[in-house]
Amino acid sequence: MKRRKERIDRGVKARSADIFALTSYREMLYLLIPGAIPVVGLLCFTPILSDYWREVMISTAVYALLAMSWDMLMCAGLLSLGQSLFFGIGSYLAGSLNYYAGLPPILTMPIATIGGGVLCTVLLLPVLRLRGVYFAMVTLVLPLMLSRLVEATRILGGTEGLTGLTPFPNQLTALFVIQLALLAVLFGFRRIMGSDYGLVIKGISDNDRSVMSAGLNIYWYKTQVLFLGACVGCFAGAFGTHMDMFAGMPGFALDYSLMPVASAVVGGTGTFAGPLIGAFILVPLSEMLRALGALRIVFYGLFLVIFVVGLPEGIFAYVQRKYQQRERWVDIS
Amino acid sequence: MLLGTLIYGFVNSAILALLAMGFNLTFGISGVANFAYGAVYIFSGFSVWIFLNTFGIPYLSAVLIAIVLSGLMGLAIYYGVILRIKGMPLSEVMATFGLGLAIMELFRYFDFVGFRYTLPIFFDGSFSVGEVYIDYQRMMIGLIAVALTVCLYLFTNHTRTGLAFRAIAQDERTALTFGIDADLVGALSMALGCALAAIAAVVILPLGTIAVEGGYEVLINALAVCIVGGLGSTVGILVASVLIGFSQTFTANYLEPHWMMLVSLIAIAIVLVVKPSGLFSHQKELEERI
Repeated sequence: MKRRKERIDRGVKARSADIFALTSYREMLYLLIPGAIPVVGLLCFTPILSDYWREVMISTAVYALLAMSWDMLMCAGLLSLGQSLFFGIGSYLAGSLNYYAGLPPILTMPIATIGGGVLCTVLLLPVLRLRGVYFAMVTLVLPLMLSRLVEATRILGGTEGLTGLTPFPNQLTALFVIQLALLAVLFGFRRIMGSDYGLVIKGISDNDRSVMSAGLNIYWYKTQVLFLGACVGCFAGAFGTHMDMFAGMPGFALDYSLMPVASAVVGGTGTFAGPLIGAFILVPLSEMLRALGALRIVFYGLFLVIFVVGLPEGIFAYVQRKYQQRERWVDIS
Repeated sequence: MLLGTLIYGFVNSAILALLAMGFNLTFGISGVANFAYGAVYIFSGFSVWIFLNTFGIPYLSAVLIAIVLSGLMGLAIYYGVILRIKGMPLSEVMATFGLGLAIMELFRYFDFVGFRYTLPIFFDGSFSVGEVYIDYQRMMIGLIAVALTVCLYLFTNHTRTGLAFRAIAQDERTALTFGIDADLVGALSMALGCALAAIAAVVILPLGTIAVEGGYEVLINALAVCIVGGLGSTVGILVASVLIGFSQTFTANYLEPHWMMLVSLIAIAIVLVVKPSGLFSHQKELEERI
């Protein structure tokens, strides 16, 4: 006897996709609750955490921002293995503005976000025509190259970096800023991808030639997506710099490239909520494993393997399916 | 000075070519991502050491066992991990990278760190060319690298199995219609690639100590050579390793060592921008850019 799994949309899902959603509390709640979870979760969790775990929460949020920026690029088919490029440039921009010009964080962070976005976009513009793995390789190499350049030419503080930068007034301010940014990026990006504009971007990653033959300039769209992603990444960098009061070569470290990709793969790509969930699992996990000492990375690596092999679609896609569809086994004779 | 730089540049190129060989076979030629490559390299180095010093097995059989063991490990990785997530390149890369991470850090946990972890060299002694001294081990590396490259070229271009390797990278569906078992070929290429990593480890590691960090460097170097040379091209890796090897040695000798890594990175970046699929690859020109 053979059987297959049948998946059918729940009635409430089918109804709430239409105008009927406005006529019943059940349908409205069905639509609202998933969106409310991250907001309520962040609001409720923050007060009960200890100072140490608030620090962890902040670094988790930085990685989550990088992961969502990665996901935005992925939506347009741009596979980036160098999120640390954005992080490093944002961090160096904010750091040097603060160190050499003495600007306060409230000015350096917006300037570094927009300026870094423009800078990264211009830097990657020549390779925007590359596809798939070739674009990925360039992005992997660029941050390594920039960090070696800083080391070899000794500009911007060389290997020492820029130290003694202005910190945030207190931990709660920093936490507030990063969480606000996190939610804004999450809902903003999801909104963008839900619009017609997002449809074009998805089209580029699915089949760029057919989008071209529809008379749309895909390079212009790719540039815009790159700018959006780079801005978010640079914001994370600028924030991290003021958090650590330090801008230096570690900003270009492989950590900032690999962690976002790992988060996105664990959480599920193309949904923005997936990378967020992934980051909120992986970063605290690596923090908890710290007690194990050298075994930490072993467990971390194995966890990654088990997750990728066991749940290849990602956590978010799995949960979403359970939320929206009924599954049952059907016999086929 | 110039002669010495030339000779050591050649040795450096040979080392790079040896390192990249196995990675090129799995990732470049058959399109199977094996980012646990550095871990396999370190694993075979340590296993030869353990066979020699803990179990007291004679050198030649220790090496043979280590090579076979690495090949089996490749098979295990393929059937245990890669096969389950085949067709999702990103997941393949993440899973194998995570596995490599776990293997390498496990060695660190069991305290395989220090200067006593060295492998014996084949022949002791050295000779001089002009005023430059060069030891026999480095000579051997050059010879073995050339011999293996020739073997690999013949294998991928003139045997049925080798052609099947290239076929599944070019178009898996078409390969299936020709009766090529894609899973079997993938597993074979994984096993062979890991065995080549073991050979490289046995030949190269006697020059220094076996260190866990070496695994990461091996992966980066192998990746760099494969990109510059072009995925899927045997001649390409030879040219690319000569290019990168010489440029590294020259910058280390005439500029500062700081610039050594920068030069190879810039070389990679330029090649990627100008000819993304590498200097000697023709198979995917349509896919590389739009």
